[in-house]
Order: sequence, then C-alpha cells, then structure tokens
Amino acid sequence: MRFDRLTKGFSGLRVLKEGLTGNTGWTPHWRDPEPKPEYDIIIIGGGGHGLATAHYLASQHDITNVAVLEKGYLGGGNVGRNTTIVRANYMLPGNSEFYSHSLKLWEGLEDDLNYNVMHSQRGIINLFHSDGQRDAFARRGNQMIAQGDDAILLDRAGVQRLLPYLDFEQTRFPIYGGLYHKRGGTARHDAVAWGFARGADSRGVDLIQQCEVTGIDIENGAVRGVQTTRGAIRAKKVGMVVAGRSSQVAAMAGMRLPIESHVLQAFVTEGLKPVIDHVITYGMGHFYISQSDKGGLVFGGDLDLYSSYASRGNLPTAEHVAEAAMTLMPVIGKAKMLRSWGGIMDMTPDGSPVIDRTHIDGLYVNCGWCYGGFKATPASGHTFAHLLATDTPHPVAAKLRLDRFRTGRGILDEEATGSQHNLH
Amino acid sequence: MRLPCPICGERDRREFYYQGAAVALNRPAPDADADAWQDFVYLRENLPGDHQELWSHDAGCGAWLVVTRNTVTHAVLGAKLASEADR
Repeated sequence: MRFDRLTKGFSGLRVLKEGLTGNTGWTPHWRDPEPKPEYDIIIIGGGGHGLATAHYLASQHDITNVAVLEKGYLGGGNVGRNTTIVRANYMLPGNSEFYSHSLKLWEGLEDDLNYNVMHSQRGIINLFHSDGQRDAFARRGNQMIAQGDDAILLDRAGVQRLLPYLDFEQTRFPIYGGLYHKRGGTARHDAVAWGFARGADSRGVDLIQQCEVTGIDIENGAVRGVQTTRGAIRAKKVGMVVAGRSSQVAAMAGMRLPIESHVLQAFVTEGLKPVIDHVITYGMGHFYISQSDKGGLVFGGDLDLYSSYASRGNLPTAEHVAEAAMTLMPVIGKAKMLRSWGGIMDMTPDGSPVIDRTHIDGLYVNCGWCYGGFKATPASGHTFAHLLATDTPHPVAAKLRLDRFRTGRGILDEEATGSQHNLH
Repeated sequence: MRLPCPICGERDRREFYYQGAAVALNRPAPDADADAWQDFVYLRENLPGDHQELWSHDAGCGAWLVVTRNTVTHAVLGAKLASEADR
C-alpha cells in the first residue's frame, strides 16, 4: 500500500515526478460505472456520510459489492457547503462517545484515505459571559477530559492573549473567558467527500451519479431493492443516508420520520489575510466564525426557525448574524461579504441523530444530523457500515436509536430544551 | 417573508413565533396508544411543497394562526385563525 502511494496514490515524490513530467500522469479519482442489476448493499445518497459508509464497508468489513446512488453529483449537498467545523466537546452520553470516536477517526483520516482533507486542529474556543456559564463550561470541560478528549478553561486574560481583536467590554455580554478545545478545528469539506469517494471506489464500490432513487421495493416486510432513474437495482440491504431529504426518501418506504427540515444560513467574506487563527463560538449571540485557508471569514448563526426546503434563508436571520458579528468583533465591519447560502437541515425533536434499523428488514436509516453533521462524517460512516455489515449497532452509536421517540427511553436532548420539534 | 394576520394584516416574519406543522389541531384522545402519541408529537410528513403550519403572532395580537406556506419557495398562500380552522 505504501509503495502504491508512491506510484499511484498521492505523495511528495509523486507530486515532484508529475511536476517534472508535465502533470500527464494524473488520472480521475474514481470510475463512472454503469449500475449492475444487483448489489449486496445499496447506499442511497452520495454525500459525505454515504461515501464514508461505502469506504468503511469496503475497508473495515471487506464488503465491496456495494453501490452508492447519487441523484446529482458526489458531495453536492451539505458536505459541499457547510462551515467545516470538527470537534468533540459534547457532554451528553450517547453523543459524547460518538463524537469522541469521530474526532479520533478524523485524526487518522488523511493517512487512512491517502488524501489531503486539510484537517486543521486549530482549536475551538467557546466563549462564556457569566459566572454561571463559567461553571457550566468548567463542568463540560471536565467531562470532555474524563472521556479522553481535551479541554482548557481560559480566563479572560487567557482569551485576550489568543483573541485580542474581540470586544471584551461589550455591554450586553462582556467576555469572562472561554473553553478551549485544542483538538477541535476545521477540515476542507469537499476533500472529505472526495477522499471517501476515492477510498470506496479504489476498493471496488460503484459510485453511480445522476441516478435518483424513485422507489424502494419492499415485499413481505423486507427490502428487495430500489427503483431508479437508471432502472431497477436489487439488493438485500439498503441504507438511506440522504441528510436534508430524509423524509422524502423514507416516504418511499411508507415511513414517516421524526424530522422537520429547516434552513440554516452561512456566510463568507472576501478573502483576507490571516486574522482568525481558531474557531470561535459566541453562543449568547448565536454566532460562530473561523477563517478558511483561502482567507474568507466563514460564519453563521442559528436556524431561520421555520420549516424550509428552499436552500436559502431570509433577511431577519442574516441581520441577526451580522449584528452578533459586529458586537463580538467590530473589526469584521471592514470586511465585505462575498456570498451566503442556506442548507436543508433534518432536525429531530431532541437535536440528535439516528443511526438504526427500521421496521422493514434490510432497510437502514442514517439521518437527523441537524446542523452538526459534518464533524460526524467519519464516525457516521464507520458506525453505519458496522450496522449494515453486522446487523448490530456499533457501541458508540448504540444510543442513536430511531425508537427513542416512541418509547421515550434514551432521548438525547442536545440543548436541554426538551424533546419537541422547533426547540433545537 | 411576511405573513397575513387575519386580525392585524400583513406583518413581518419577525413578529411571529413558529410552532411547526399544524398537527397540534389533531390531538389524540388522552387514552390513545403510544403509536398515536408518537405520531402526534414526533412523526411528520415533512415533504417539500405546500405546508400547513402554526404560527403565533407574538409581537402583535397574540393570535395563533394556521398558515399555508410553500416550503420550497417560501411563498405564503394564506392564513386563518387557528380557532376557526378545520379540525
């Protein structure tokens, strides 16, 4: 494998060789195969999580007779437009171990994929603005350390050393300090999708683009395959991994999911010289920001807070985000905003995801990532592949059950606001 | 986005609080089984297109409205008072 990387994969030596020979040796990162009539496993959705699932099915479970069906192009959904934050700073059993597992996978991802996903552990700082919030963050930090991750509680001077450009004296929410999670950071979102796609394809998985699933064939309570715009494809196992379109695809199997789709906006400025070295979250203002490697300031806030499939939001939320930005760091007022966009978030009532079987034999669901699916990409794929391959949940994803809403057991109340639509 | 309150007239979205799909009007009987309650509290059709939903005119008259709105275009197609809506 190592030797392979020198000749066929990516390495410094290969870049040098190609540079000296006119870059004529590069080949497409994946094939463009015709769908076969039957596969062992079909994954609906060629986004980050679907491609990661395919990669881990092939690399961890040696199951390569797999198709990923994508109605558009690979990585063209939310993995192609998000704010790229990677972190493991949860304090909620069920989610804590899952995201902790995910961060460990991120840390070995580039080597695993032989692909530069530009994973940058630049650190995340969650600001706090009162004594009560400091106590809560101290507790969260201890919990993060106890689960094997990292956290440092910064006092005001500590934050000032790292983020001197913030307005510490703002009248509404003066900054008391921050919780510093050094292993958190960002990654290049497209490269993550492409890396997983290449990993899956190189092991024999068929990545089939421009292939929309139009129906799910079910006989006697068991899945038999899917209907697509490129013909029927049979499979004994089908995994639905379609993020914001979860309800639509589940409806093809006669299912209703505990999901309302909402729109989340994000914004990018023109490219600037390096100014923000970390990821900063300003929870009191519903605002977070980092700087991309191209120089754009990437930032966002809360949901628009109404159901939407529009992939764009409205002005009130954009204004709110701009106000929060100016409150926290007035320096941003000099920057020009380049673009904004909206993504469709499949919001569950408790704000936590689902990786589970369904009541239909052979039909599996991976959904409900709310506004935090990007950092989950490796673990989502890793644990969903485990479920598809072995029919048992992976230990770190065992609590992400679909039936928690019916039984009321194991609700993963992400923001401690109660388990109800519209509260997360 | 502006919503036509039947009492106050057309107002900015900022004046309203969004509750979600207008399922709250179809509350199951207290002794209904777990499936009926799961259906009511959690499960949603959630398909793109015209959507019946509950909004409260929080910063206005305080009335609860059933709004019909297209979730793909954000076009608001009508609103009536929840107290007068079909159940």
